Amino acid sequence: MSGGLKAALDVRRSESFRLDVRLSVPAGRTTVLLGPNGAGKSTAVAALAGTVPLDAGHIELGGVILDDPANGTHVPTESRQVGVVFQDYLLFPHLSVLENVAFGPRSRGIRRTEARGRAWEWIERLKLDGLESHRPRDLSGGEAQRVALARTLAAEPRLLLLDEPLAALDVATRSQVRRTLAEHLGQFAGPRILITHDPAEASLFADEINVIEHGRVTQRGSVDDIRLQPRTRYAAEFGGLNFMRGNARDGRVYVGKHVLHVAEHEVAGPVLVTIRPRAISVHLNPPEGSYRNTWSTVVARIERLGHRVRLLTEAPLLLAVEVTAEASVELGLAPGSEIWLALKATEIGVQADSAAPGHIS
Amino acid sequence: MTTRRRRGQPRLPFLLGILATAGMALFLLPVLGLFSRAPWTRLPALLGSDIVTDAIRLSTVTSLAATALSFAVGVPLAWVLARVDFVGRSLVRGTVALPLILPPVVGGAALLFAFGRRGLVGAPLEQATGLVLPFSAWGVVVANTFVAMPFLVITVEGALRTMDRRYEEAAASLGAGRWTVLRRVTLPTITPSLVAGLVLCWARAFGEFGATITFAGNLQGRTQTLPLAVFVALERDRDTAVAISLVMVLISLFVLVSLRERWRGTL
Repeated sequence: MSGGLKAALDVRRSESFRLDVRLSVPAGRTTVLLGPNGAGKSTAVAALAGTVPLDAGHIELGGVILDDPANGTHVPTESRQVGVVFQDYLLFPHLSVLENVAFGPRSRGIRRTEARGRAWEWIERLKLDGLESHRPRDLSGGEAQRVALARTLAAEPRLLLLDEPLAALDVATRSQVRRTLAEHLGQFAGPRILITHDPAEASLFADEINVIEHGRVTQRGSVDDIRLQPRTRYAAEFGGLNFMRGNARDGRVYVGKHVLHVAEHEVAGPVLVTIRPRAISVHLNPPEGSYRNTWSTVVARIERLGHRVRLLTEAPLLLAVEVTAEASVELGLAPGSEIWLALKATEIGVQADSAAPGHIS
Repeated sequence: MTTRRRRGQPRLPFLLGILATAGMALFLLPVLGLFSRAPWTRLPALLGSDIVTDAIRLSTVTSLAATALSFAVGVPLAWVLARVDFVGRSLVRGTVALPLILPPVVGGAALLFAFGRRGLVGAPLEQATGLVLPFSAWGVVVANTFVAMPFLVITVEGALRTMDRRYEEAAASLGAGRWTVLRRVTLPTITPSLVAGLVLCWARAFGEFGATITFAGNLQGRTQTLPLAVFVALERDRDTAVAISLVMVLISLFVLVSLRERWRGTL
C-alpha cells in the first residue's frame, strides 16, 4: 500500500517566480523543506496536494502517477490520498471535533456510524476524548492542531504533508504538540514532508533536509551536512545553532562519551542540546575562571563570515564556534590548531527530545 | 426618546444624534401613521373578508415559492458568477442586478415580451406544455422571482468570493468530491449570508407590486397578492387598505427581526 514519493515540481506562478524542485522521499522517511518566506515551500505543498497544477515535471506516489502534464495526467486533489496538516488547522467551523475527524471517511462513502467509529479511534489515539462534541472555536491552539492531525490521518493518506504545523502555537504548547507529532509521524508508514522555519523542529524530524530558496533547492543533506557545511547564507543561519542529542541526568548531559554540565536539573532522559556558536570561548591554554565546561579539541576547518570567523571543531564534540576575526588572528588559528574551549552551564539549551525512540509519554 | 448609556459606550455626538433621529423618523412615522389610522374595532371583520384572506394565502404561497425557486437556481448562478471565469461574466452579472434598478413595471413588461402568450419563450412553452404564465399564479411566482432573486444572488456571490477557499481545498485533500465540498463545506460556511439573502429575497417578493400587476394582472384569488389588494382597496375602502397594510408590516417586521437575531453572529 505505502510507497515512496518521486516528484519533479515545475510551477511558474508568475513572470518572476518559478518553482523548480526535485524531491525523492522513501516511505517511512521524513523530508524537511526549509527556507525563507516566499521561497516556494507552500507552492510545493499545493502542487503535491494537486491544488496548483504543474507546468512541467511529474509526481509519482507509490508507483502511481499523480501528475504528468506532458501526457495530460492530473489526478484531482480528492482522489490523491495526500493528507495535509495546515499551520492554521483549517478545521471546519460548523462541524464538531468528531465530525471533523470523520470527514475523510465520510467523504470516501463510508456510512455515518462506521465513519464515526473510525473517527473515534483517532480521537482516542490523539487523546482528544472529552472534546469530541466541541466546536473548533472552543479549542485551544494545541487541541486544534491535534484534531487537525487526527482528521488528516483518519483519511488514511498515502503521503503526509505538514505545512508549518507548529508555527501558530505558543512556545509551551509547541513542545507538547511536537511530541504528539513525533509519535504519530513515527507510526505513519508513507513518505512525509515537513515544512518549517524552525531549526529545532527541522533537526528533530528530518531524515533529510532540502533548503529551498527562490524556488530552487540550494542544499540537500542531513541535518549535520547543513549545519556543518552550509552552502548559503540562509543555511548558515540555520546552522547558527549547534544541535546535539544527548542523555540528561542530574544536571549532566552525556553526548556520546563527553559530559556537559548544564544549568537545567529538571529534565532527564533523551534531550536535544543547543549551543550558540558565540557562547563558546576559544583559548590556547586550559582556561581559568567560572566555566563549568572546558575541553581540548582540534580545529577542523575555518570559514570567514564577514567580521567573524567560524571554526568547526573535531572530537569530542563536532561544533561550530564563532570568534571575531581579530581574536582568530591573535590566537593564530588554522586548521589543525590545538585549542581549548570553554562554555558556561547557563549557555547550554536543554529540552526533552520527544522524537527520540523509546521516549513516548 | 431616551437613550440608555452603558458604561464604556462612547457619548453620542449631538449632530450625529439629530441626523440619526431624522433618519429613523423617516421610517417610523409612516408606520405610526398607519397605526393611527387603523380601524382597530373592525379589524377582525375586515381581515376576514374573502378579498383579504385570498390575498394573504396567495401572497404567502407565491412569495415562498419565489424564494424556493430563487434558491434552486439563484445559488448555482451565484456560484458560477463567483467561481467560473467566462467571457461576458460582467455582462451577465450586470443583467442579474438589473431588476434592482429597473422600475418593476418595466420588468413586468419585459417579462410579457419573453413569457407572454406571444412572447419569445411563452409561445413555444404553451405549445409544448399548455402552461400559460401571464395572469396565473405561476406568473406571480415568475414576476416575484425576477424582482427578488437578485438580492439572493448578489449576497451569496459576495459570500462565495470572500470565503476562505482553503477550507474547500482542505476538504478535497480529505477525499471530498466537488458535490460533497459544496454540500458539506461551502454552503455551511456561507450559511449566514445565504439566510440573509433568502430573507431579503422573500421580503422583496412579499412586497412585489409593479411587475406582478403588469405581468400577472390583478385577479382576485389568482394573481391578486396583498400589495395589489391594498392598491385596489385604497380606491374603494380605505379601512381595508389600512388593515391589509398593518398585516404586511407586522409579518415583515416579525420575519426581518427574528431571522436577523437568529443568524447574526453565528459561525
